[in-house]
Amino acid sequence: MSIKKKAAIIGFAEMAPQKGAAGKTPLGIIGEVAREAIADAGLEKKAIDGLLTGMAIGEYSVLWPSVVAEYLKLQPRYFNQVELGGASAAGMVWRAAAAIEAGMCNTVLCVLGDSWDSKIIGSKPPPFPRIEAEFDAPYGLIAANPGYALIARRHMHEFGTKPEQMAKVAVDQRKNACKNSTALFGHKEITIDDVLNSRMIVEPLHLLEIVSPCTGGGAFIVTSAERAQQSPHRPVYLLGAGEAGGHSSITHARSLTTSLVKPAAEGAFSMADVSPKDMNFVQPYDCYTITVIVTLEDAGFCRKGAGGRFVAEHDLTYKGDFPCNTHGGQLSFGQPGLAGGMSHVIEGARQLMGRGGERQVKDATIGYVNGNGGIMSEQCSLVLGVQ
Amino acid sequence: MSDYKKPLPRPTTASLPFWQAAKQHELQLQRCTQCGAHVFYPREVCPECLASDLQWVKVSGKGTVYSYTIAQAPTHPAFVEDVPYIVAIVELAEGPHVTTNITGCKPNEVKIGMPVVATFDDVTPEVTLVKFRPV
Repeated sequence: MSIKKKAAIIGFAEMAPQKGAAGKTPLGIIGEVAREAIADAGLEKKAIDGLLTGMAIGEYSVLWPSVVAEYLKLQPRYFNQVELGGASAAGMVWRAAAAIEAGMCNTVLCVLGDSWDSKIIGSKPPPFPRIEAEFDAPYGLIAANPGYALIARRHMHEFGTKPEQMAKVAVDQRKNACKNSTALFGHKEITIDDVLNSRMIVEPLHLLEIVSPCTGGGAFIVTSAERAQQSPHRPVYLLGAGEAGGHSSITHARSLTTSLVKPAAEGAFSMADVSPKDMNFVQPYDCYTITVIVTLEDAGFCRKGAGGRFVAEHDLTYKGDFPCNTHGGQLSFGQPGLAGGMSHVIEGARQLMGRGGERQVKDATIGYVNGNGGIMSEQCSLVLGVQ
Repeated sequence: MSDYKKPLPRPTTASLPFWQAAKQHELQLQRCTQCGAHVFYPREVCPECLASDLQWVKVSGKGTVYSYTIAQAPTHPAFVEDVPYIVAIVELAEGPHVTTNITGCKPNEVKIGMPVVATFDDVTPEVTLVKFRPV
C-alpha cells in the first residue's frame, strides 16, 4: 500500500504576515484561514471530517486539537496535532493522505496560525526541552540562531562555502518577494553587499540571513484523489513523502553538515519514482540562508558541499533556471512562528494550480517542498504534482 | 544570593553526579558497562544499547573544537555583557559532543579542530560550568 497519488490539496488560504500581534490570537487566525481555505476548495464546513493542527508559540496549551475543533465547531473523525516545528505543515500533507487512504475520514483541514506578541512570549514562553535547558542554555546555545551558525561555520570549514554564496539565497528570494504583495519584506530588492553589510548577529550569519518572526498563518484542504476531481482548482496530488528525525539539540546531531533532509528526500523521491532533476521548482524551508544550501545538497539537487557554488551559479528567482522559494521564502515573506512552514506547502500548491500570478513558474507540473523544524531536527520532504 | 543572571542548570537525579564532579573541577561522563559507549549528556539508559548499567568515569577533559560561533548579539538577554562570546561544540577525546564556551583566548583565535581542555568556571557558590580553553 502506498499513499502515492491517493490524495490532493484542493484549496488553501494564507494570512499576510504582519509585524507584532496585529490584534490577532492564534485561534482567531486559524478561524479566518480555515474559513477561507474551505471556501477556496469550493466546500462547506460540514464537508470537513478531519483536522490536523499544530501548536502555536503565542497560545501554547495541551489538548490543542480539541481546542481548535471546539473553536471552529468541527466534529472530526480524525484529528491530531502535528508537532514537528517548522516541518509540521509538510508533515500534515502525508498524514492527511494516509488517514484518508485508511478510511478514517474524507477531507482534512490542515491549519496553523501563530502570533508574535513579545509581551506574551516574554511572560509565558513555551516549554523548551529540559535537557537543553540544562546542558545548552547555560552556555548561550539558546533558540535557533546560534545552532544554525554552528552549522554554517562547520559547512564553511568542510567545503569552503563562502559568505557571499549564502547571501545570494537571500538576494534571489527577495526578488521573488517583490512579486508577492503579501510578503513582509517585498518592497525593495537587496544586493549581496546589503546582506554582508547588515549587522552580524551570530558569526557567520548576518541579520538579512535570519528570518524575522511575525504573526500569520495558513490552511489547506486535503481530500481523496477521487473527490478532488470535483474541485474548482487543478488538484495538487501528493506524489511522494519522506520524513526523518533523530536529535533535538544540534550538539547531538549525527552530523552538522549532512542533515536529515537526505533520508527524508530519498523517501519522497523514491515514493514518487522521480528524481530531483525532474522538479520544476523547489520550496525549501529557509529559516536561514545556510538551511537552503544544506537542504539542496541533501535532497540531491547538487553534490554534498557544492551547495554554495550551486546557489551562486543558478538564478533562484521564479523566472530563473532554478526557481526556489518563489513566494520569497520566509526570509522575505516572514516567519509566522510555528506556522512558518505553511508558506512553502501553500506556495507549492499555488504554483501547481497555476495561481502564481506575476511570479508563476512557467509550465510548472511537479515540485519539491521541504519542511524543517528545530535545528535541522525534523525533516519532511514532499513531491507534489498535477499529473 | 548570587547576582548571576544567566540560565543555570537544574540537575536531575540522573545528572547530579556530573554537576557534583564539575564542582570538584573534574569532568566525568557515563560509560555503559554493557556496550562500552561513553555517554553525554547523562541518561538513565545507554542511547546505544538501551542498557541501564551506566557507570560514572573520570575522563581526560581533552577535546577539539567541532564548530563554534562568535555571538555578536546576545543569544539571550542575560548574556549581553559577554558579547562577543564563543558558543561552541567540543568533541571530547572519548567521543561525545558537548555544548560549551571557549575561554582563555580572543574570539577570533578560535578555529575548528583546535585542541582544547576542560576548565571549570565556578559561576555561583553552587554551580560550576564546564568550559574549554586552548591547550
